[in-house]
Amino acid sequence: MAHVAPPAGAPASGDAARKRGLVGYLLLAPAGLWLSLFFIVPMISLISTSLYDPSGSLETGYQMTGHVQNYATVLQEYDSQLLRSFLYAGLATFFCMLLGFPLAYAIAFKAGKWKNLLLVAVIAPFFTSFLIRTLAWQLILSDQGWVTQTFNALYLTDLFAALGLTEQGSLLYSPLAVVTGLTYNFLPFMVLPLYASLEKIDPRLHEAGADLYASPFTTFRKVTLPLALPGLVAGTLLTFIPAAGDFINAQLLGNTQTTMIGTVIQKLFDGGSYPEASALSVVLMVIIVVLVLFYIRRAGTEDLV
Amino acid sequence: MTRLGKWIGDHLILAIGLAVLFYMFLPIFVVILMSFNDPASKQSYSFDGFTWDNWANPCDEFGMCESVLLSIKIGLSATLGATILGTLMAFALVRHRFRGRAPANVFTFLPMASPEIVMGSSLLALFVSAGLSGQLGFWTILVAHIMFCLSFVVVTVKARLAGLDPRIEQAAMDLYANEWQTFWRVTFPLVFPGILSAALLAFSLSFDDFIITNLNAGQEVTFPMFVWGASLRGIPPQINVIGTIMFLLALTLVLVGELGARRRARR
Repeated sequence: MAHVAPPAGAPASGDAARKRGLVGYLLLAPAGLWLSLFFIVPMISLISTSLYDPSGSLETGYQMTGHVQNYATVLQEYDSQLLRSFLYAGLATFFCMLLGFPLAYAIAFKAGKWKNLLLVAVIAPFFTSFLIRTLAWQLILSDQGWVTQTFNALYLTDLFAALGLTEQGSLLYSPLAVVTGLTYNFLPFMVLPLYASLEKIDPRLHEAGADLYASPFTTFRKVTLPLALPGLVAGTLLTFIPAAGDFINAQLLGNTQTTMIGTVIQKLFDGGSYPEASALSVVLMVIIVVLVLFYIRRAGTEDLV
Repeated sequence: MTRLGKWIGDHLILAIGLAVLFYMFLPIFVVILMSFNDPASKQSYSFDGFTWDNWANPCDEFGMCESVLLSIKIGLSATLGATILGTLMAFALVRHRFRGRAPANVFTFLPMASPEIVMGSSLLALFVSAGLSGQLGFWTILVAHIMFCLSFVVVTVKARLAGLDPRIEQAAMDLYANEWQTFWRVTFPLVFPGILSAALLAFSLSFDDFIITNLNAGQEVTFPMFVWGASLRGIPPQINVIGTIMFLLALTLVLVGELGARRRARR
């Protein structure tokens, strides 16, 4: 990782080092055009589709009637799935933080020469397909699996069932399984930005904290945590946003009571209800944008980009 | 108390970290194990017996190898497109000054901050509005994949470029290399590892995508779509063979790259 920091005294590669002129625009144009055509224009198309008259169909064509009622319909009909998506995504993000912080901290400060190898290990599980890994969780959490057997022997399944997290005597096809899968699938998106922030912290700051009679906990709270904040904010966003829109975990590890909003959108499109599906997509996007803006403002790190 | 605190700091965190890594690897062990499974029935959830058959004849599972080939074809095309467009954009953002550079920077981040289901459904809305609902297939998948891989390429190449000491290029110019020579003999070779890792990332993102692809694929079936369809009927063990091969292949590539970087650093 030695190439990252320019050597001390190097001229700042700020605006002064940048070339002016037409070439910049020419280099930017192809990708900019592609993103505009296939990211921005589709968003506009999505919004206009969400205002079509829902009585149309693909075969007969849709009428653009400014049918704002689509939004009222989907909000009324799918409010529980929306709420559940954000609840599960929030829980998964919280658990990713809980699991990801010690791992990122251990790699940054305790791994020594094994640092790079451990970083490879963090992303290695992701070399194989998302779906295949999620299907593996079906097997791990199945009723015959050793995890369920062990939990059963410890009466933990009874506890989970009493809390309404699972069905009696099993783990799979439950809210618990869905959140476990979401946490698992998005954990590296938490660990990597956290590691990037933690790695920049000079370990001598910890010693300085100890020298000034701060307990390890106080040093952590007053020194490590504030310096790790940019990574934590980036990590929570990279975990929360995809988790809120995901439906693979809810479909493969959950039951009919754990349906998330992604499934609903997917099914509405499959069933040909394009206006409602589009309206629901817009709602999801708007809620996420509002939450993210609010969160970034609260966290006080507007210079993420 | 402080000694205890120190011991905790030294060992407990490492132990928790390793436990978390175990959690991350657990499904991989299962995938590798199940690739040797001889299932008693289609709906079997357990390891019923050992066999080499799945490895010997992975294509026995009807339609699977065709879907893998399609995913490789799309993956390579999308990687080529996204890597070229993204690298050009990264150079523009790091090396050039122009009006609207800051918004362009934010713009590239947007696709990474959007849920896949929203990007997928908006593309479908566009294709349907354009009257292309009958033509969904290879080309619509490719267009979508280049779009969502682009941002990741830009970010990866940008990081490499920003870490480059501009004095190396100035030195080349001082030694009478013209701008063209400086670029191809100095800048490009130095940025190349970044471009390579961006390409690898793009390929794996494309190969693995399900949510966006599923909405825009029409009648085509990519490998993730095949896995999804198969999972509704019962998971064939051959899927785990492909999963294991993917895992080992990517791991080898990354470890070789890591070893190469280490050797170069020692020199």
